[in-house]
Amino acid sequence: MGRISASQDFLEFAYQLYHTMQANEINLVYEGVVTQEITRTFTALTEKNMAKNEESNQVQRKVFNVMVECLQNISKHADPMSDDENEERRGIVLVSHGDESYNVITGNVVRRDKKEALERSLQRINSLDKEGLSALYKQQIKEGKISEKGGAGLGFIDIAKKSGNKIEYQFKDLTDDFCFFIIITTISRN
Amino acid sequence: MEVINITGTDDTPSVVLDKDKGIFLIQGRSLPEDVTLFYGPVLDWIEQYGEDPNEKTDMTFKLEYFNTASSKVLLDVLLKFEELKEKTDVTIKWCYREDEEDIKEAGEEYEDIVEVPFEYCECNEDWSLK
Repeated sequence: MGRISASQDFLEFAYQLYHTMQANEINLVYEGVVTQEITRTFTALTEKNMAKNEESNQVQRKVFNVMVECLQNISKHADPMSDDENEERRGIVLVSHGDESYNVITGNVVRRDKKEALERSLQRINSLDKEGLSALYKQQIKEGKISEKGGAGLGFIDIAKKSGNKIEYQFKDLTDDFCFFIIITTISRN
Repeated sequence: MEVINITGTDDTPSVVLDKDKGIFLIQGRSLPEDVTLFYGPVLDWIEQYGEDPNEKTDMTFKLEYFNTASSKVLLDVLLKFEELKEKTDVTIKWCYREDEEDIKEAGEEYEDIVEVPFEYCECNEDWSLK
């Protein structure tokens, strides 16, 4: 009996998920390991969908751009909750679209001790206009170095520049040492 | 001098560096997993080219998309050419496809940083000149 009701629950869950995705016009939803391969697959899939919907090249390119940076952020910076530093980086990825805009939502676990620096950096970026972002980008590209993880410290600046909108973010407490970090980027369709 | 001729993929650009033919080109998409690994040989090549460069060097970029890690390394490529400007007449030909203002703006940002002349070329979808 137990098994039947468990599978009924899953069927119900799948059906609810379908409805929620339809209602919110979610094109892509994923939770799991994020690698270069996954990044390539998801961006290709989203590009194909946008091309099918005859989305303008400019919007397609911006969505692609934001997705790559968000996904590479996870694959480089998500913190494993175990002690194994080599554990693969995982997170959630959602892409949705409405009449006005596309939304790219990503989330991953980060150590609590990184929260303050992340918040500071995002607050600074969100306080800048287009020229300010361009100036910050130029400063960082000149002074920054490619880190061991292969990042240039330019991801959020680029996301804000390309989307033309503020980056929304939130930290949800998980444990004493970890929190879940979510960012939402909106790309306007016109 | 040795020729670099790399065919592009979904996440790495085509690269042609051919001193004898005077072709210097990076074209396509650049979002490699490891930018240092991909661009290391390119930077080494430019360094070596600098020992005995052609009279004129037109370095052409036809980029469709590049991630931020690549943007940092592309600056390193440009700075290498800047170092050569006493020895060879360097021009950066920055090509972008129509409506791709973000790519054009990226070129303008590089131009602000690097002291080498930039020429902008607006292209069609297939990279032919408009």
